Amino acid sequence: MRLSLARREALWAFAFLLIPLAFFLFIRIWPAFQALWLSLYEWNADPAKRNFVGLEHYQQMLGDKLLRKALANTLLYTLIGVPAQLVLGLGVALLLNSVQRFRDLFRAIYFAPYITPAVAVAWVFSWMLSANFGIVNEILRLLGLPAQPFLQSPQQALLTVTGVIVWQNLGFQVVLFLAGLQNIPREYYEAARIDGAGGWALFRHITLPLLNPVIVFSAVIGTIGFLQLFTQVVNLNFTDQGGPLNSTLTLALYIYQQAFSRFELGYAAAITVLLFVIILLITLVQLRLLSRRVEY
Amino acid sequence: MKRLSALLAYAVLILGSLVMIFPFLWMLLTSLKPFQEIFDLKLFPQSATLDNYRQVILDTQFPRWFFNSLVVAVITTLSVLFFDSLVGYTLAKLRFPGKGIIFVMILSTLMVPTEMLIIPWYVMSAENGWVNTYWGLLFPGLISAFGVFLLRQFFQTLPGDLLDAGRIDGLNEFGVFWRVAFPLVRPALAALGIFTFLGNWNAFLWPLVIVQTAEMRTLPVGVALFSGEAGTAWNLIMAASSLAILPVLLVFLFFQRQIIEGVVLTGVKG
Amino acid sequence: MRSQMKRWAVGVVALLGLALAQNVTITYWQYDFKSKVEAVDELIKRFQTANPNIKVVHQTFPYDAYQQKVASAVPAGQGPDVVNLYYGWVPTWVKAGYLQPLPDSLAKTVDGDFISMAQAAKVGGKLYGVPTAVRSLALFYNKDLFKAAGISAPPKTWAEFIEVGKKLTVKQGDRYTQIGYGIAPDGQDHHMVREVLLRQMGGRPYSDDVKKVTYNTPEGLKAFTAYTDWVKQAGIGVPNFFPGNNGYRDGFIAGKIGMIIDGSFAIGTISSGAKFNWGVAELPTERPGARKANFGSFWLHGLTPQATGEKREAAIKFLQFLTSEETQRYWLEKVGELPARKSLIKDPKLSLNPVYGPFVLSLAYAKATPFVDETAQRKVMVDAINRVLLQNANPADSLKQAAAEEQKVLDDFWK
Repeated sequence: MRLSLARREALWAFAFLLIPLAFFLFIRIWPAFQALWLSLYEWNADPAKRNFVGLEHYQQMLGDKLLRKALANTLLYTLIGVPAQLVLGLGVALLLNSVQRFRDLFRAIYFAPYITPAVAVAWVFSWMLSANFGIVNEILRLLGLPAQPFLQSPQQALLTVTGVIVWQNLGFQVVLFLAGLQNIPREYYEAARIDGAGGWALFRHITLPLLNPVIVFSAVIGTIGFLQLFTQVVNLNFTDQGGPLNSTLTLALYIYQQAFSRFELGYAAAITVLLFVIILLITLVQLRLLSRRVEY
Repeated sequence: MKRLSALLAYAVLILGSLVMIFPFLWMLLTSLKPFQEIFDLKLFPQSATLDNYRQVILDTQFPRWFFNSLVVAVITTLSVLFFDSLVGYTLAKLRFPGKGIIFVMILSTLMVPTEMLIIPWYVMSAENGWVNTYWGLLFPGLISAFGVFLLRQFFQTLPGDLLDAGRIDGLNEFGVFWRVAFPLVRPALAALGIFTFLGNWNAFLWPLVIVQTAEMRTLPVGVALFSGEAGTAWNLIMAASSLAILPVLLVFLFFQRQIIEGVVLTGVKG
Repeated sequence: MRSQMKRWAVGVVALLGLALAQNVTITYWQYDFKSKVEAVDELIKRFQTANPNIKVVHQTFPYDAYQQKVASAVPAGQGPDVVNLYYGWVPTWVKAGYLQPLPDSLAKTVDGDFISMAQAAKVGGKLYGVPTAVRSLALFYNKDLFKAAGISAPPKTWAEFIEVGKKLTVKQGDRYTQIGYGIAPDGQDHHMVREVLLRQMGGRPYSDDVKKVTYNTPEGLKAFTAYTDWVKQAGIGVPNFFPGNNGYRDGFIAGKIGMIIDGSFAIGTISSGAKFNWGVAELPTERPGARKANFGSFWLHGLTPQATGEKREAAIKFLQFLTSEETQRYWLEKVGELPARKSLIKDPKLSLNPVYGPFVLSLAYAKATPFVDETAQRKVMVDAINRVLLQNANPADSLKQAAAEEQKVLDDFWK
């Protein structure tokens, strides 16, 4: 008996996917459903004492002002942060690629923020941005500009946190785009140059389209990352997490607080479901809008 | 003109470098200060000391935590590189029913924040005796949806004729993947290697929860011990962080070569 | 040959006996703090010598994520039998089923022998934990800065406090280089409004059954405004003057802040960091000799639902040992925390100590806020203060909003 080519390919595919699919099913998806299940119960350490409350937690979400604030902040972080890190990351990657000397040094330096632990980053930034002792305000004063409160201001804190995150994520973006640039066959550039294309045309018609899969990846992963923002927000204002006045509060931080400071794991699970739905919708839209078939 | 643009590029890069490296330097310099000096508002230590490093290494089980982190990060990185490329390749290059759904399903696992998976994972670990073991530490990270997605994107750009050539040469599907496709996405694998190693090296939440005893802690959990109710020993945190960064830098330099080499060969000139 | 066999047999029997006797193992959890870990290790040794049939496993976790560790482990049955926790967490932990009530005999001991603050470990009339040590607030001041400014003694009244604060505040242009008071709404200061200033002015933060918020009153507003005026009117400090978590304490250690209000738990950090002469004083009052008030708090040892049967017996025994007079005396010596038993805290040697004295004296009148949900209630007050300090909100409006928000927290808990 001979299998048709298509059948054989499908069989190989399933053989390749067997172990990974089992992994995702048991380690990722099943526990996620358990969390979903929890959202229908009042939390108790003893499983026998968890009272079924149905959709009560979802109803509770409707009247939760803090949740609304967290949601609005989270979307704002994403809207500002994702495009910023994408553009800057691509820019730095192109720059790094264009220089001949000290490449290794520059690359290591631009990667440094990404490997510096979040607690250390937060501490150093709270120093640099301090109103009374910070170097940033020192520079502003030298330029004759008024000092800024940055992290201490309910108006500026979110933007400042976004800036710190973009700064830290730059190393990630650079590594990613360098890998993407390297995947573009050199012949394309040569052929285009023979046709008399200049630098901008090469970028516009070769680099950008061929980098599309990487850009899609960066946008989608960046969005998921910003929508789950937690660590940096916690560390940048440790004693008033999400403050001042909830101006930096994110959904993930709110989930964490509900779950582990207030032991409201049922409600936390309900918010997780909301976060999941938001991310899923945005990701699907992004994939649809950004993905184009790459033809060679 | 060319000269000028090169000069401009260097100027921008150097300026950026200052912004990039400053916190890193600050961390290193603080790690050399005694506790009484950390709030002195001076960048350089007055009386530099290695005492913080001595305290971190000798007064805690730092070397053991270092080893634990290394075990977890190396094993997960190897596992992720193999399995994720296999899945990424399958999703990008093979035709089979249900492909779209499987991809979205895997991708959707990225959307559940780890915080909520911790309790189900812990209950699972308790039932199976994985609490406080290496297996318990590393099982959630053995395959990553992130990597599957990344490599799928890269495999998509591979020309199909190359793979067909492999098939004509008599390779089976696994051979085509392993001998032909896998080496071709080396830059992406290097990037994924960096991300995975770093992610596991710095992971805090799950290691904290699954580990019960001091000797099974990983580095980030150990480093967190220097902050408490009455304040934070920043000099010790910075010393521990500096030590923790070392292997990451090495991994970066190693994998980065893989990424750059190709770039140097093909060259992108703007 | 024969004698060797006999020796073997004796050995085996002895080991067997030991194994049979050591038939209960209990686990104790606390957050990781060097002196506390060492103290508990030593105490466990002593306890096991006295109780050879009980084995105690001691496990510790980073402070920052301690609650999360407990939250995850107990539902899986892998948590502690005896657990150390902050008193403000008790109600939420009880509600979520992480603690079991203690036997009446222990409640009687707490009622009779412990300072009254320890009553805050009761929820719905049942006792859920017993402390080894307690803490209160006091004024830390930089003696060298005081001397340089010609101030001879720490302030006794709030008017003096403001006066001293002004003298110690140094401003260059728009920027402070030194401040008189390290104001920190998200440090210990949020307790100041509810438990110190309000009570000193004759108000009470909550009704007796803790079901009603009672600080949205003229006294409440007076207390709240008095606090925010330190910044708004007197300008003796600015929030976040010094960067970093707990910048108020770090700034004091750096010698840039004249006075801070902090808990006794900060003594160790301050004495290891400060390079100048510093002193401690009881909190100021409205007028000389006027009503005193202070905020007291404590960590306590509770039992999780995991401790059942034999383990429960052993856990209670261990808990009693951890809170015994002998242990509390050792704890003071080793960790430097004030004992929770009346008999020990009345020791004149303690109240005369220049550093511990003011804290000990304050314990006599200190109250522990009866939190039902410490995280949420803390946030309500921090935000109320920040609205005034950062957004120039009207103090009366801000306090009213805070009272409404906190009332909702109480209602949610008691519903």
